[in-house]
Amino acid sequence: MELLSGADMLIRSLQDEGIEYIYGYPGGAALHIYDALFRQDKVKHILVRHEQAAVHMADGYARATGLPGTVLVTSGPGATNTITGIATAFMDSIPMVVLCGQVASTLIGEDAFQETDMIGVSRPVVKHNLSVRHPEEIPEIVRKAYYIASTGRPGPVVVDIPKDMTTPNERYEYVFPKKVKLRSYNPAIRGHAGQIKKAVDMLMAAKRPIIYAGGGVILGKATDQLTELVRMLGYPITNTLMGIGCYPASDTQHIGWLGMHGTYESNMAMHHSDLILCVGARFDDRVTNATEKFCPGARIVHIDIDPASISKTIDADVPIVGPVDAVLTEMITLVKESKEKPDADAIAAWWKQIEEWRAFHGMRYETSPDVIKPQEVVEALWKLTNGEAFVTSDVGQHQMFAAQYYKFDKPNRWINSGGLGTMGFGLPAAMGVKLNFPDDEVLCITGEGSIQMNIQELSTCSQYDIPVKIINLNNQALGMVKQWQDMNYESRHSQSYMESLPDFIKLAEAYGHVGVRIDRKEDLVPKLKEVLAMKDRLVFVDIYVDRFEHVYPMQVARGSMKDMWLSKTERV
Amino acid sequence: MRRIISVLLENEPGALSRVVGLFSQRNYNIETLTVAPTEDETLSRLTVTTTGSDKVIEQITKQLNKLIEVVKLVDLTEGSHIERELMLVKLKATGSQRAEIKRTVDIFRGQIVDVTSSVYTVQLAGASEKLDGFIQAVGTSGVLEVVRSGVSGIARGEKVLSL
Repeated sequence: MELLSGADMLIRSLQDEGIEYIYGYPGGAALHIYDALFRQDKVKHILVRHEQAAVHMADGYARATGLPGTVLVTSGPGATNTITGIATAFMDSIPMVVLCGQVASTLIGEDAFQETDMIGVSRPVVKHNLSVRHPEEIPEIVRKAYYIASTGRPGPVVVDIPKDMTTPNERYEYVFPKKVKLRSYNPAIRGHAGQIKKAVDMLMAAKRPIIYAGGGVILGKATDQLTELVRMLGYPITNTLMGIGCYPASDTQHIGWLGMHGTYESNMAMHHSDLILCVGARFDDRVTNATEKFCPGARIVHIDIDPASISKTIDADVPIVGPVDAVLTEMITLVKESKEKPDADAIAAWWKQIEEWRAFHGMRYETSPDVIKPQEVVEALWKLTNGEAFVTSDVGQHQMFAAQYYKFDKPNRWINSGGLGTMGFGLPAAMGVKLNFPDDEVLCITGEGSIQMNIQELSTCSQYDIPVKIINLNNQALGMVKQWQDMNYESRHSQSYMESLPDFIKLAEAYGHVGVRIDRKEDLVPKLKEVLAMKDRLVFVDIYVDRFEHVYPMQVARGSMKDMWLSKTERV
Repeated sequence: MRRIISVLLENEPGALSRVVGLFSQRNYNIETLTVAPTEDETLSRLTVTTTGSDKVIEQITKQLNKLIEVVKLVDLTEGSHIERELMLVKLKATGSQRAEIKRTVDIFRGQIVDVTSSVYTVQLAGASEKLDGFIQAVGTSGVLEVVRSGVSGIARGEKVLSL
């Protein structure tokens, strides 16, 4: 029988859970835990400079690997600083466990120093949260936390640990449970066979079908199954911002991503389709535009692990609750066995129409002889990295340009805050990725607004030698805010300027990194090549891009999917 | 439409706040809410009455089911069911009012459970509409205080909500 303190049990449980990295920041209520961490060498701790960044690092790790990330912070401000990160992970269904110190249980409710009701504060933005009431419960709570975080529709789980639960001189028997069973939590393990059959029949009968795939395909590790089904059917596929990489972007069946800044052809194809097969997406408002005008002629098959995602905003004709990999596997079998075949003439005519749309717009932007266009930067990076880099982004125009012009052929490589839209996400997320993929190129495509929201992490990068490449598309303004002000507020640029920008080059150098400024078009490619050649250095690349560029296409507010601005002057 | 949703919930601290939080967070209505432990001490039974379109009610039940501590739930209004609410009312009762109130209480099958020289305290159980009806019958001017338990409900016949 092994006797351990609560703190040792916690760290031991993390080891037994197979956790390699945790990201965090110490403080009073977590000190017993940090001491236990010090006395072992299996779990490695990365000390950030702000707790929000610890959560984004864990998040980046989780998105790139598909495994749950882990965060450790203290009570009070340490815990509340994680909230934006937790909400970011929650909106994008990212598996994560956040361990928070808490004041001693005897002090809870007395407004003790650094006391916050973290269970209450985090409740709306977690999949679940758990509180430790006795040190002996710790191994089971840890097991439960990872189990809940990573099964079903994944999400963040907070564990609140009062300081007296980790006291070093109180020891208890350590037993790490192999399995946990929760009578009230049983995620679906397969879809309803009858519904799947019905869906396949509808797919075979469709004249203008489209597959609309989302982040659930990546989270559900079903990209192979999706690719097989789509190729077998020969139908067009579009995906959401979160679904980028779920199907190779360079394949001709892929018609780009959809929604507010999606391609013309994907939004047109959605609007005119007669059957939408939605796989692991949730008909979010940035996709559907006005729901009452959404795809009037389409019947909808919706596959999702979360029943609450189905018929929430758009009613499904055939709902299928289940893990996407299992459901798609069954569909593939049924398609193979099906006596009915897709209507070749109808599908050919449908493709002809889609190709016309693709030719009409595709992805285009106007280049200029002297000004660097942000889109050009992304295209250059895509070519220089052979489309194989991990790309994290912040939020705004640069995020949309990165998603539009970097063509991802693999899943888990495009890493952004799609649901919550969290500025400051990109750099720490890139750090979490790079630590776990040291040999891969990791780019953080950002803007001068977003990067300053977690710029302090340049210090963490120095401490741990994390050579990410920061691509700052510097347009000297909060570009997306400014774009909306141009379009909806007669160009009244209220608070959308970033006046008194720092000298990013000196800033990078102050932290011990390399800074490179690019402001001439002819320098772009050669200098980017130099930057990418500096394999073991963090390089901050400050690129002065067109200050007046807008992101297009852009759906017209409150319109249908087919109503779009294609440039500053063309509206369809 | 008004619905009665009955929920079996893990009897754990914080579980109730998750249910209540869900309603405010997603902009759903709570008209009444009752909660108490069951014969199985690990479970609480919670009854919530709410209003909304079929789509909203479907979302409410799905979102409730997603809460880890919700073990099972049923929308009682989908089938035949019994609903009861308990009400305690203090009424001004002097002079000729006393006999009149007594008669009304009898008609509504209530009981006078406490008496002073000027006040009757009446206990009444039944569907919410019946309780409303009683208040209307005695007239709001004589009502000093009202306490209602909120609705509890159970399905008719052999259907049970249990593990």
